[in-house]
Amino acid sequence: MAANDVAVLGVGMHPWGKWGRNFVEYGVAAARDALRDAGIDWSEVQFVSGADTMRNGYPGYVSGATFAQALGWTGARVASSYAACASGVTALEAARTRILAGLCDVALVVGADTTPKGFLAPNSGDRPTDPDWLRFRLLGATNPTYFALAARRRMDLYGATSEDFAKVKVKNAANGLANPYARYQKAYTVEEVLGSPMVADPLHLFEICATSDGGAAVVLTSMEYAARHAGSAGAPVRVAAVSTVTPTYPNTIIDLPDMATDSTAVVAVGERTFKESIAHAAYEEAGIGPEDLSLAEVYDLSTALELDWYEDIGLCKRGEAERLLNDGDTQLGGRIPVNASGGLACFGEAVPAQAIAQVCEVTWQLRGQATGRQVDGATAGITANQGLFGHGSSVLLRR
Amino acid sequence: MTTTTRVPALGAEGWFTPDDPEPALLGMRCTTCGTYVFPKADFGCPNPACVGLAFDEVRLSRFGTVWSYTDARYQPPAPYVVPTEEHEPFCIAAVHLADEGLVVMGQMVPGVTVDDLRVGLPVELVVDTLFTEGEVEHVIWKWKPVTEGGAD
Repeated sequence: MAANDVAVLGVGMHPWGKWGRNFVEYGVAAARDALRDAGIDWSEVQFVSGADTMRNGYPGYVSGATFAQALGWTGARVASSYAACASGVTALEAARTRILAGLCDVALVVGADTTPKGFLAPNSGDRPTDPDWLRFRLLGATNPTYFALAARRRMDLYGATSEDFAKVKVKNAANGLANPYARYQKAYTVEEVLGSPMVADPLHLFEICATSDGGAAVVLTSMEYAARHAGSAGAPVRVAAVSTVTPTYPNTIIDLPDMATDSTAVVAVGERTFKESIAHAAYEEAGIGPEDLSLAEVYDLSTALELDWYEDIGLCKRGEAERLLNDGDTQLGGRIPVNASGGLACFGEAVPAQAIAQVCEVTWQLRGQATGRQVDGATAGITANQGLFGHGSSVLLRR
Repeated sequence: MTTTTRVPALGAEGWFTPDDPEPALLGMRCTTCGTYVFPKADFGCPNPACVGLAFDEVRLSRFGTVWSYTDARYQPPAPYVVPTEEHEPFCIAAVHLADEGLVVMGQMVPGVTVDDLRVGLPVELVVDTLFTEGEVEHVIWKWKPVTEGGAD
């Protein structure tokens, strides 16, 4: 056990779907599940860390307090974090650091969302200084536009094919069949994926993640508290590292929501791209490397982006992801299963809940509780994710 | 007959030369470290090793190469404004400008499909209609494949 470990004592989720109900309901259900899983009462929680949603009015901007009030005021300390898709891990990091600082022993991290149909679009009103408004207005650049730019690079640089991309969906869909929290529990064939409408060439509808309602929660505690609490239940899953890095200048890979990259005219390109630096920071902090992993949960906003992540988190060299996929290394039973949960392909994205859901899945895997999708003998797993405007997000969990 | 007023699209004022026969993007160059910034360096030099606050406005290269590309088969949501009666798919490219070390996105001119594009394809900057509202034409920069026989 390392000095910076904290324990994941409990995890919980509300099933993903398009339920159209109040997001607080999903968060509270997930929180109660996590507390039950941890075997502790709500009144024992000393710190509530909420991951915010921007699409549900004021309660979403102050999610920590919203969830705390819904569970019943106890006087617990509170924080609310927003980091787009990375909000969940930013909230988790607030809880972890408070525990490691010795300021509390028990923290509850919660994220939940209710999402509208269709493309995620900016809030209404003219905001010509907001890059997220400008990219829609000036370019018509949606989120799939950026996913497709990345996909096309893989094709033209590394020879990736549409079939390769479709196989990612087929793999994740098969994994999600056994996940009771997944929104889509349906198998797909390569032909079905490639037969779905083209959205942003080369990406088809079934290759781009939907937006979903859902909620996820984690109970984090100090290792000392976990040891006292768990008794003979055995060693808990531990958070060995959290990465919330930002890019370094010059950030040269075009990404949401920007219309241009930084310049390489004066400062040379760094050793790692932003996405490569995300997991790297987690490995450095935990003192382990990609070779030590049993599984990974990565942010498959599109099929092709999952392949980028294989390289970004160090599972293979640049340009080798298609081979890894086609060799079966990343499927269940392979060398390093990726998105055993089914990934975003089966969940759709519930923004503030998604990074927490990744932690829930890795925790279940490390405990041997991922029925129907279990990675045998899993001892270490990583989550990887990236939030709009430069939020890295990665959590390394060990048994 | 009505006269149409041409204006740069809202938010992109001063980002490009709207009326130049050889249009260019207008970037900023830090007078301290020399790095380029596009669209604007509103808050000082983005190079963390530089404390520069002063910039020269510079015309960026009118020619570049395609870094990557895609298209928009479905109508993007507002604040995008559909320029035609019904949505017609258009291409979007991210274009590498070698001298400035920048990648800048833009729509491709109408009529270009993804089949016309590849990573590395030379393109040039043009100014074209984003949408027309009454008698006001809102213009924006777009990329256009360099035609055979050179940049003319």
